[in-house]
Amino acid sequence: MPTNTIDGHTFAVNDEGFFTNREDWSEDLAVILADLVGIEQMTEAHWAPLRFMREDSAKTGVTPTLRRMQAVGGFDVKDLFALYPGKPAKKMAYLAGLPKPVGCV
Amino acid sequence: MRTLPEGFIIPDFGGSAAKATTTSPEPAAGGEAPAYRGPRKLALICSKGNLDMAYPGLILGNAAAGEGVEVHMFFTFWGLDIVNKKTHKNLKFTMLGNTAMHMPELGYLRTGLEHASMPQLMGQLPGMTAMATKMMKKQMADLEIPDVPEFLDLLSAAGVHMYACKLSFDMMKMIEADLHPGVEGVISAADFIEISEGAQTIFI
Repeated sequence: MPTNTIDGHTFAVNDEGFFTNREDWSEDLAVILADLVGIEQMTEAHWAPLRFMREDSAKTGVTPTLRRMQAVGGFDVKDLFALYPGKPAKKMAYLAGLPKPVGCV
Repeated sequence: MRTLPEGFIIPDFGGSAAKATTTSPEPAAGGEAPAYRGPRKLALICSKGNLDMAYPGLILGNAAAGEGVEVHMFFTFWGLDIVNKKTHKNLKFTMLGNTAMHMPELGYLRTGLEHASMPQLMGQLPGMTAMATKMMKKQMADLEIPDVPEFLDLLSAAGVHMYACKLSFDMMKMIEADLHPGVEGVISAADFIEISEGAQTIFI
């Protein structure tokens, strides 16, 4: 299993680069990674969905999809697309230190 | 953006579209139209109004939008029922004409029955379509898949572009007020061909 090291943080990843161990994650690391995926400033609006994802996946064992973030987390999908443009579900899963979501919807 | 440390693996978050276009083959010589070089696009043509035929387009459109693909959906003929507020809550599934109709639950009665195709005659019994529809809706709900109206809200929020087919719209004597608010307009086939330039097109 490859490991990534950046600014003194080390975390295990799969072949694609997604986290394999959620315990490797920290908020400091998320800020560094956010910059790598093109998010310059992590605001409270950015953190809220990440926190929900970590809590939810701790319970279910899987990374929530956008649909679940809307239905269970109460987030507006439009907002999530605005906060994390392009591939919101994957970007958020990455920044929350979780595997990529596998659900279809 | 900074340069990555050596050996750092990062998932593909959308640089691929740009990459794909820069490596796409040069347009063929000889006066042919130049190849499309913009971001990845997907065009979905939804032509069926059965419940089971509504979902493929909705699911693909949603998945593509979530991957940063520009999505355009054209609802035509019976597919208009998917975006018609008067009908889209009541799309139906019939086992008639569907030889792949089998029920996983029957496997509990006898091993192998879950793969048995149900006799077509059964589909003609009164109430069968209603029952099959109810079952399919329940299966979808169990998998946390939204129903059709809610799915359209989701697509709209995800920035998917949706259009109604002008010809079908006139044929079905529809009015604009009946269209789901996510539908951007009633357009002709030629309009959609223009809009979908460079898109991968899927006909459902």
